[in-house]
Amino acid sequence: MTATAPVTPARGPADPAAGRHAGFAGLMRAEWTKIRSVRSTVWTLVIFVVVCIGFTALIAWLTESNWFGPRAAARNLRVLADPVGFILGTGIGLGQLAIAVLGVLIITSEYSTGVIRASLLAVPRRLPVLAAKAVVFAVLLLVVTEIVAFCSFFVGSAILHAHVPVALGDAGVTRAVIGAGLYLTVLGLLALAIGTMIRHTAGSISTIIGVVFVLPILTGLLPGSWGAHINAYLPEQAGTLITHTHQTADDLLSPWQGFGVLCIWTVLALAVAAYLLEHRDA
Amino acid sequence: MIEAQDLTKVYGGKAAVDHLSFTVEPGRVTGFLGPNGAGKSTTMRLILGLDRPQSGYALINGRRYRDLKDPLHTVGALLEAKSVHPGRSARNHLLFLAQTQGIPASRVEEVLALVGLQDVADKRAGGFSLGMSQRLGVAVAMLGNPEILLLDEPVNGLDPEGVLWIRNLMKSLAAEGRTVLVSSHLMNEMAVTADHLIVIGRGRLITEASTEDVIARSTDKSVRVRTPDADRMAEMIAAAGGKVVRGGAESGAEVGAQNGAGLLTVTGLEAPRIGELAASASIVLHELTPLASLEGAFMELTSGSVEFGAAKTEAAHGSTS
Repeated sequence: MTATAPVTPARGPADPAAGRHAGFAGLMRAEWTKIRSVRSTVWTLVIFVVVCIGFTALIAWLTESNWFGPRAAARNLRVLADPVGFILGTGIGLGQLAIAVLGVLIITSEYSTGVIRASLLAVPRRLPVLAAKAVVFAVLLLVVTEIVAFCSFFVGSAILHAHVPVALGDAGVTRAVIGAGLYLTVLGLLALAIGTMIRHTAGSISTIIGVVFVLPILTGLLPGSWGAHINAYLPEQAGTLITHTHQTADDLLSPWQGFGVLCIWTVLALAVAAYLLEHRDA
Repeated sequence: MIEAQDLTKVYGGKAAVDHLSFTVEPGRVTGFLGPNGAGKSTTMRLILGLDRPQSGYALINGRRYRDLKDPLHTVGALLEAKSVHPGRSARNHLLFLAQTQGIPASRVEEVLALVGLQDVADKRAGGFSLGMSQRLGVAVAMLGNPEILLLDEPVNGLDPEGVLWIRNLMKSLAAEGRTVLVSSHLMNEMAVTADHLIVIGRGRLITEASTEDVIARSTDKSVRVRTPDADRMAEMIAAAGGKVVRGGAESGAEVGAQNGAGLLTVTGLEAPRIGELAASASIVLHELTPLASLEGAFMELTSGSVEFGAAKTEAAHGSTS
């Protein structure tokens, strides 16, 4: 930090910074560098993996060891009706919190630290930044959540196999396990969109938690069939249908319809986020 | 080359930048001078497309910033506000920026060496001192080896060694034919760094001239005289050996334009002597203000436009009653 280093030679044929136009691939590489070079994102993912698989194993083990316990019969019936939903439900229910936080953080941390200015100076058209971030994040989430979903399923079903025989080949099982990863991935993108709109970490996390956890409770209290309809089309309620092997009589949407509803919510949210990113001062 | 044309940015009903036009030429260091709150940072954000102007535009080599392809190859910017994640290393910060532009990773090492941060390149940037952060900012600006550099208050918080380093860097970059625009609220710093000055206050252009001119004008000890009897006063001063210029010292300036009537700028005669002359001829003076040092000149240039400055006393004007 002492001597004045020689200044870079003027631009010319031997420009040391010369390179080919990086295009969208370069933006995706940059977004990957951003994600992997910050501890908070890496740790949030680690926590997600540990919580998901850990709690799935714990709940499965408690269920298994308490199979013949008092008041177990009703619970056992529910488990047998939808074993995949039961096995994956615990991990998803807790793990989706980490995914939602991560989706918010990867954009709001840019605003809170000012990195967004560096990002937008490099890509002044702005939208490619959001697009590259969404694609890289989606691919990362898809890989991690699918691995976690399959691991959770194998761990849970292995622990429960004595009483709950379930295998990937059974009707709807593979779709439900894959669906768990799909649900979490799209939820992460919804969180990214909300973070882009709100730009503040705390406000964004509160909002996504409100949408995912609180709204279903409130709309569940609404009377009559219109209450049930509103409830059914909420992102979380609709999106998690894909993780159930069996539909209940109360379900208004099929698993894929439900997932489609979640995707529509997310696309709409991303469109609003893109509009705001483009038109607001950074 | 940077051209700003009629730039206006209004925040909450108040103009931070007010119909500002100027040109920044290559091959010299252009100082962007103004008191705090004058609109320097906002102007830079407008040039860089971070904020949108209500009117006007800023062009870089004839194009808007947002129309530049891989803009870091053309423009390097060091903004006053931090733009580094405290948990990310300097090397990774530079790396992701390089990746967006297709700049080879070897260039990251070059700019780290240029600013002397090789040894701490893998440390979290959050632990950097102000000086190290500024050096990282310079590394970011130099990453694309750009022909245009915008540096917002780069010497803020630096120790004397760091100040000297930045100063020499800017001069050598300009000597290579690059365009360098550097903002500061310190006249003395600009006097030794900049070849050309753009002075603004309250978002408006006060003067645009070579540093030499500004210094020449301001180091002449001058006195500002305001009187309803300007013609007679001017004659008497001239007779006593002083030099009189009608209007303000800055011909195109706000101050002169608004209050030109009855305003004289006198050189070669001290304020007390002018006062005596006026008294001897019973000429009413509304103002008699000595203008002295370089800082004084700057204060004078911008005094009508200091955003958060102390309220000016009305004593001079009070004498009229």
